[in-house]
Amino acid sequence: MRNTWEGDVHLPLLIEALGKTGYMVSLTLLIGGLLGLALGLALYATRQGSLLPNRAVFAALNVIVNIVRPIPFIILIAAVQPLTVLLTGGYIGTERAVIPLAIATMFGFSRIVEQNLVTIEPGVIEAARASGAGPWRILGTLVIPEALGPLILGFTFVFVAVIDMTAVAGIVGGGGLGNFAISYGFQRYNTEVVWVAVIVIIVLVQLVQLLGNWLARKALRR
Amino acid sequence: MAAIVELHGVTKQYRVDGKDVTALDGIDITVERGEIFAIIGYSGAGKSTLVRLVNGLERATSGRIVVDGTDVSGFTERQFLRVRTGIGMIFQRFNLFRSRTVAGNVAYPLRVAGWPKERRDARVAELLDFVGLLDRAYSYPDQLSGGQQQRVGIARALATNPSIVLADEATSALDPETTQDVLDLLRKVNRELGVTVIVITHEMEVVRSIADRVAVLDSGRKIEEGSVYEVFAHPRTDTAKRFVSSVVHNEPNAGDLERLQGRHEGRIVTARVGEDGRLGAVLSDVARHGVRFEILFGGIGALQQRAFGSLTLELTGSDAGVDAVIAELRAITEVKEESR
Repeated sequence: MRNTWEGDVHLPLLIEALGKTGYMVSLTLLIGGLLGLALGLALYATRQGSLLPNRAVFAALNVIVNIVRPIPFIILIAAVQPLTVLLTGGYIGTERAVIPLAIATMFGFSRIVEQNLVTIEPGVIEAARASGAGPWRILGTLVIPEALGPLILGFTFVFVAVIDMTAVAGIVGGGGLGNFAISYGFQRYNTEVVWVAVIVIIVLVQLVQLLGNWLARKALRR
Repeated sequence: MAAIVELHGVTKQYRVDGKDVTALDGIDITVERGEIFAIIGYSGAGKSTLVRLVNGLERATSGRIVVDGTDVSGFTERQFLRVRTGIGMIFQRFNLFRSRTVAGNVAYPLRVAGWPKERRDARVAELLDFVGLLDRAYSYPDQLSGGQQQRVGIARALATNPSIVLADEATSALDPETTQDVLDLLRKVNRELGVTVIVITHEMEVVRSIADRVAVLDSGRKIEEGSVYEVFAHPRTDTAKRFVSSVVHNEPNAGDLERLQGRHEGRIVTARVGEDGRLGAVLSDVARHGVRFEILFGGIGALQQRAFGSLTLELTGSDAGVDAVIAELRAITEVKEESR
């Protein structure tokens, strides 16, 4: 192999890597996104003056999020390894890489969810309460639709961050575009391969961002 | 008439920075079924808190609250959910659900109350027709004017056929013309549907145009209460007088008086014009006392379908003659002689 892009060698590898990245990103966003949404709702609901105010629960959740969120992802992978082993019996592989990915996503997204929900006008919540709706109903039927536009933009932001993190997940055998760039490009002094991987990632991020912006605009009707 | 909302010795205290702040202090108010009851006060008087005690959005620190015959004073949040279905509420900033269409906003309380879809749809159409927005059912709140948004707010408040509607500064964010439309609609709600309306406002114009009775709130206390005519005609407190003078311009203020006194030699009196209208009878006969009169200032309008206003007159003649005329006027109405 020379230090250049060779379609017949690299293209199948690239496609496989793209598939793995897509797989990891989708699974991560599904699990981490849902858990993050739930955690964000819990943070929003339990704060003072909100729908289910509970000082103790809010303080506990807040501390946990503040502890987990700043951990650099590469260290988080190592830190949650025991959990990964406990849940899946090992720690190497694409699916297993999803566990630290989903955890990082959950905690990151929860803050974004919380921040967007607190911007809902209190009067809107009050109007729902005045019509006889209980706190759980309001959380379930009103809060997310009212903040949907910003939530989609926040989710798009997380989506892009997850693509970034999956590249790092390559080190635990996650595979994917990051792993492709490192293994076939960087470690073999093949700059062209690195650049192809970079361009694919850029295009992917652009597409995700465009889709996110379009959906958010639809949600906001602007 | 029977009471629909009763507040007995209601007090509300907040804890702010470790100190108790009294928002409401020993309030007694009884709202009769079918009336439009206004609560007026400056901002910070406690009126928004007061109205929220009725549907439990805020809880009293002490006192007794009876809504539609039920003592709700000790109710839990869960018990209040049922009460709120029978009480509509409209807001200064409309507080519509921006993620839902006009129809979706109006349907929300019906969903909460568990109405099946067909009944819900029929009710939404009926309500939008009532507020004149049937053609905007599928618009979103952002696409409507302020007045239209408040109409949606009113339709939403009426959805579950409540017996009471609470209007919290419902017209304060609207321009004068739209305000009149919304007030007309509230009057229609009251007259045609028999809904009791409790209006919170800082604008005396709102009280004048729709309320039957009014309570004046100042620093958490009720300082005055009575029929709107009564309070306009005989405001007892300075706060009430200020509110009345903000909309009643038929009495000369200090500046007007100075100008009038600079130009007119005679004695100046201000006489209230009431429903009986016998002022003319007295004035047409003042020549008998060797007195002439001139009308300098004043106005007569209607308040609760009764004549209401005053005229400021210059009376010229001998002191004894003018005294006699003033005595005759005093026999039929209130007269105030403006001192020089």
